[in-house]
Amino acid sequence: MKAIEVQGLTKRFGSLTAVEDVSFEVEEGEVFGLLGPNGSGKTTTIRMLVGLSRPTEGDARILGFDLSSGIAEAKRRIGVVPDSSNLYDELSARDNLLFMAKLYGVKKRVREERVEEVLRAFDLYDRRDDGFGTFSRGMKRSLTIAAALVHDPKLLFLDEPTVGLDVVAARSLRDLICDLHHRGLTIILTTHYLEEADRLCDRIAILVKGRIVAIDTPEGLKRFAEEGSVIEASFRGAASGHSDDLSARLPGSEVVFLDGTRVRVLGGDPSGVLEELFEFSRGHDLGLEAVNSMRPTLEDAFIRITGLSPAVMAKEKGGK
Amino acid sequence: MVRDDLRCIYLIAAKDMRTYYLKPPAISWGIVFPVAWTLAFYLRSPGDFEELVPGLIAMTILFSTTAAEAVVINFEMRLGSLERLLLAPVSPRAVLLGKVLGGFLFGLLMTSVVTAGTVIGLDLRPDLTALIPVAVISLLVFSSMGALFSVGFKEVFEAQTFLNLPRFLMVFLCGVVYPISAMPSPLQFVSQILPLTYTVEGLRGAFSVVSSSPLIASFVLTGFLLLFIFPAMRIFGKRFD
Repeated sequence: MKAIEVQGLTKRFGSLTAVEDVSFEVEEGEVFGLLGPNGSGKTTTIRMLVGLSRPTEGDARILGFDLSSGIAEAKRRIGVVPDSSNLYDELSARDNLLFMAKLYGVKKRVREERVEEVLRAFDLYDRRDDGFGTFSRGMKRSLTIAAALVHDPKLLFLDEPTVGLDVVAARSLRDLICDLHHRGLTIILTTHYLEEADRLCDRIAILVKGRIVAIDTPEGLKRFAEEGSVIEASFRGAASGHSDDLSARLPGSEVVFLDGTRVRVLGGDPSGVLEELFEFSRGHDLGLEAVNSMRPTLEDAFIRITGLSPAVMAKEKGGK
Repeated sequence: MVRDDLRCIYLIAAKDMRTYYLKPPAISWGIVFPVAWTLAFYLRSPGDFEELVPGLIAMTILFSTTAAEAVVINFEMRLGSLERLLLAPVSPRAVLLGKVLGGFLFGLLMTSVVTAGTVIGLDLRPDLTALIPVAVISLLVFSSMGALFSVGFKEVFEAQTFLNLPRFLMVFLCGVVYPISAMPSPLQFVSQILPLTYTVEGLRGAFSVVSSSPLIASFVLTGFLLLFIFPAMRIFGKRFD
């Protein structure tokens, strides 16, 4: 059975089209990623699918319930983790979960048991009586996810789950998502972290400017980039100032500067690319430090498919 | 769905009582301000204080409910918690009514304290069959008004500042600070289209300060309630469209 079927979903805010003609399907038990830079329409798509925003056009079925007529029934069966941890600072971890359980109509006889089970699963049982406001950012994120699971949903929406977390907290959260996946939960994940999408998702839809430009497995997307060579070069001097020259030297290849001194060349004849890189380095006295031929990553696939620099993906919400 | 909505209205109001009633804006505008007004009036003319009791109760109703609404709605709007409520199987209408009920209960608590304190302290004998309906409808009217003025803003201070416009207009034109009959006729007209005027009239009737009809006041206030609550629900629903 399909967990989600989306057909021609469109959202306009006045003259701005945030999401345009988006269609995809998600199988039960799948982790499906919506990958794209900020402003690409990921969150707007999720907001429509969870009933927070009405589509301008198109329709969707969530767990067999029509978005336009059966959203209340669908809401009983879905959990949503928004991009911010917005439980109540004044309430304890336990009371926050109890409130959410009551809100979703979890029966009184199983409520306490379920809350305790979720607190233990997220390793928060010992802090159950502490206020949410006293938690660290990682613990707040964990409790926010726990709150989305307290009514035992069949489908979980995770909007940018690891944004703002330190490396350790983000890693443990990714492990947790893997664990939920292994338990058979269907997960829809939005992220602008390419490695996160690569590691967690069974399939990925890449969104750019409100449209889906590719849907495939991470391996399938990488194969697309494998059609040409990927060569990365590092210079001692600032090479990015001469990017136009390098692009002109390598027609038919895509030249992407990862930072001021590192460049990645996608496609083209490898020997010709190497020759031009040496010439380019000599011509501008940049000092070629290293040249590597690489297996394409999801980042390369993303660059190939979208034509965007990976730098746009590094931007957090608000353009930071 | 109706059962879900009713359950959520109660849950949201109960949660708001625990979460927001002791927030500084609720305390300063909802408790300190009415108490300061009471003291100011008492110190000015301790002898006539009995006559001022209906006005003070009306002021307590106005400030406590509207202050609470700005807190329970705008705190959550800023934190995004309001959206969290809407992710549950509950209609936006029920979420807003839960918020109105939260403001109503806060106002009821404050008003009960002020009313009981003045009635017992001054040994007054109000007509409870008139006092209770007027007070209850007024609490609902001003909770709804607070909700209507708060749903358009994200920050508590924005809503509180914007709410001061109708609040102070009503305070000065409702007949408590200055008799309506002594006002210029355009201001007399304005006073007649303000809900606080009817709350004061109804309460004065209940305390037999004047021979006004609490029934008519309650009827007019019910009209104001509908005038505030439906647009508030509509605007709130539109915000999440």
